[in-house]
Amino acid sequence: MAVFDFIPNLGNRVLATVPRLGTATRFLMLGLAAIFSRHFSFRQLLRQVYGLGVLSLALMIVAAFFTGMVLAFQGYYALVRFGATSALGTLVALSLLRELGPVLTALLFAGRAGSALTAEIGSMKATEQLSAMDMMAVNPLAWVVAPRLWAGIIVVPILCVIFDLVGVWGGYLIAVPLLGVDGGTFWAQMQSNVTFSGDIMNGLFKALCFGLVVTWIAAWQGYAAQPTAEGVGSATTRSVVTASLAVLGLDFILTALLFK
Amino acid sequence: MERRAVDWWVGLFVLLGIAALVVLATRVGNLSGFAFSNGYTLSANFSNVGSLKVRSPVKIGGVSVGEVTQIRVDPKTFMAKVTMRIDPQLKLPVDTGASIYTEGLLGEQFIALQPGGLPQDLKPGGTITMTQSAVNLDQLIGQMIFSKASSGK
Repeated sequence: MAVFDFIPNLGNRVLATVPRLGTATRFLMLGLAAIFSRHFSFRQLLRQVYGLGVLSLALMIVAAFFTGMVLAFQGYYALVRFGATSALGTLVALSLLRELGPVLTALLFAGRAGSALTAEIGSMKATEQLSAMDMMAVNPLAWVVAPRLWAGIIVVPILCVIFDLVGVWGGYLIAVPLLGVDGGTFWAQMQSNVTFSGDIMNGLFKALCFGLVVTWIAAWQGYAAQPTAEGVGSATTRSVVTASLAVLGLDFILTALLFK
Repeated sequence: MERRAVDWWVGLFVLLGIAALVVLATRVGNLSGFAFSNGYTLSANFSNVGSLKVRSPVKIGGVSVGEVTQIRVDPKTFMAKVTMRIDPQLKLPVDTGASIYTEGLLGEQFIALQPGGLPQDLKPGGTITMTQSAVNLDQLIGQMIFSKASSGK
């Protein structure tokens, strides 16, 4: 009787989810705290900043450039009806700094770096490297997980700043030389309507939260993956899907809290 | 990857991030406004400041020479008292006038100063006496409608 199975199934799902969430939170706390462990290696952290950040840079720059250009085009066609194209600079800058910069950076980061992170930790588990570390009395949380979590927190805001800047520049290239908006007005309107603490720093705070959440989900999915080839594969998919949805949901909450 | 190369790239990456933040803050945000932070202050009384805001620009001939630092109502005269900070290199004559204009039809409002010709200069903290308030679009439209209606008779 499928109908009668529905309610106990729902209860089962909830009961299974709550402890999993608890374990994942404990994993995050221990992972972050492991920075003080003697097995934490600064060299590993640098290696991860390189792998997660520097190697994602080209993707971010290309994505930001096109995002800015499209924003300028669409904004222009919406504003030109009201003769308000002087507000185009403000529109491009505020959209990028407040929403598109942090969110797109985090989504691309989840796809480019988060998936790789899950697959890497998952394979380590499948090939019993994590158990081997435990056997040698090396804490895998300190050696493997902590550098990746901290690297994610450091890297995403930096990528976001670069994304914002390249996006604004892309918007400028379309608005001023191509669509003929006045360059002075473009920058002046932008400067008088963008605030450093309200827009730029709030955007970066968002990016920081997203960096933490995306690397947390990616590392946890890898760590909790079934130690088989299939398990690692499905963990990687879950990592990207969960991280993307978490970013979008968290963005709504942060926007409601930060911008009043 | 060799150790030195990783260090080098990570350092460059962080520097790039800091540089981008500085450019964002000065070029996109309005942190560059502190260029006038060591200027002297002047005030002017208007009957209506429209949507003038703190940090709105003060211009002479379209060139930005300062910014509005404070707007409040004078408790005695009930006029809007606007305090602004002006570039210290500019000495303005005492018969300088101040008007509130709008940049374009829907743009932001700013104060335009028209320097006079008297030899005495305004002292820091001085008051500009000749002022022209913000144009109230609603009022103008109302006036135009009424004058059209009365002339149509």
